Amino acid sequence: MGEVIVVTSGKGGVGKTTTTANIGTGLALLGYHVVLVDTDIGLRNLDVVLGLENRIVYDIVDVTSGNCRLKQALIKDKRFEGLYLLPAAQTKEKTAVSVSQMVDLCNDLEKEFDYVLVDCPAGIEQGFKNAIAGAHKAVVVTTPEVAAVRDADRVIGLLEAAEIKDPLLIINRFRPEMAKKGNMMDIDDVIEILAIELLGVIPEDELIVISTNKGEPAVLNQQSIAGQAYRNVSRRITGETVPLLKLDVSNGLLMRLRKLIGMG
Amino acid sequence: MLDFLEIFQRVFKKESVSSKKVAKERLRLVLVHDRTSMSPQVLEFLKEDLIKVISKYMDIDTEGLEVNFSKEDDSIALVASIPVIKVKRLSTS
Ligand SMILES: Nc1ncnc2c1ncn2[C@@H]1O[C@H](COP(=O)(O)OP(=O)(O)OP(=O)(O)O)[C@@H](O)[C@H]1O
Ligand SMILES: [Mg+2]
Repeated sequence: MGEVIVVTSGKGGVGKTTTTANIGTGLALLGYHVVLVDTDIGLRNLDVVLGLENRIVYDIVDVTSGNCRLKQALIKDKRFEGLYLLPAAQTKEKTAVSVSQMVDLCNDLEKEFDYVLVDCPAGIEQGFKNAIAGAHKAVVVTTPEVAAVRDADRVIGLLEAAEIKDPLLIINRFRPEMAKKGNMMDIDDVIEILAIELLGVIPEDELIVISTNKGEPAVLNQQSIAGQAYRNVSRRITGETVPLLKLDVSNGLLMRLRKLIGMG
Repeated sequence: MLDFLEIFQRVFKKESVSSKKVAKERLRLVLVHDRTSMSPQVLEFLKEDLIKVISKYMDIDTEGLEVNFSKEDDSIALVASIPVIKVKRLSTS
C-alpha cells in the first residue's frame, strides 16, 4: 500500500508544483514507484514542469467520469523508471471532480504506487478540498513572507480539521543572505510561528527557472542547490534522516565555483 | 526637540528595526486573530464569562464591553475595555 501525500499552501505561486515535480522525480531516482496527480483543474502546470505536456491524451476528469481507464490516462516518464503523471483537465471546471471521486482515485492509485503525490491548486475552496480528500499526509509549502506564512497557518488548521495529522513544512525560496541581514524571516522564525515539523528548506535558485524552461526538474541537475535540497527532502520522505543543507556556505561556494568555470 | 545624543544615536546606531522582526510581529498578531476567528464563539463565551464575574463586583455596561487582542512590545495582550456604571457596595448581609 502506497502513501498519498498532498502538496498544498493556501497562497498561490509559492512553489507547490515545483515541489511536487522535484520530490516526485527525486523519489523515482531513489527507485520508488511514483505517480504525480495534478488537481489544478483549468490551470494545468505539472505537465510542463515535468516536460510531459506533449504526451497528454486523457486527463483526471476523463478518469473520474469514466471516459477512459486509469491506466490509459497515466503518462509514463520515459527518462527514468517508475515516474508517472496523471494530468489535470485544462478545459473543465474545478467542480468536474467530486470529493468522493477523488477518494476513490487515490485508493486505486495507492494500490499500484509507493507514493502518490497530489499537487493542490491555490486557495481553500473545492479544488483544495478535492486535493486533500484522499491524502494520508500533507506537505505545506510556504515562502518566508508574511502573507504566505499566514495562509499556510490557515491551511494547517484546515488540514487538522480534516484529520490529516502532522503536516510537514517546506520553506521555499529562502535567501540566507537576506535572513542574515535581518531582511527576511529566518527558518526558526517560521517554524516557531507555524509550529509544525520541518521537512526541508529550499533556497531561491535561478536554476529552478531554467529547469522549468527545459521541463527537467532541478533534482536532475547536480549544479542546482535547490535540486540538492529537494534530493534531501525526497530521502527524508522515505524515512531517512538527512541533515539540513548548510545554505550560506555551500551556496557561496557554489557561486564561486560557477564563476570560476564561467557559469555565474 | 532632539538633543545631540539622540541625533548621534540615530546616525550611528542601526537606524531601523530589521524588517524581519516587523514581519514576525505582524504575523504573530494577525495569526492570533485568524486562529481565534476560526471559532468566533470562543471570544463570545469569554465575554459572557467576564461579564458574569465582574458583575459580582460592579454594574457594568455589557453593551459597551469590548474584548480584543493587541500587540504590546513583543507579546500579545488580551485587552478588555469594560465601562463601569456603578461600583457595588460590598455587603456581607
Ligand atoms: N526555489 C525557487 N527558486 C526560484 N524560483 C522558484 C523557486 N520555487 C519556485 N520558483 C518559481 O516560482 C514560480 C511559482 O512556482 P510554482 O508554479 O511551483 O508555484 P505554485 O505554488 O504551484 O503556484 P500555483 O499556486 O499557481 O499553482 C515558478 O515560476 C517557479 O519557477
Ligand atoms: Mg501549481
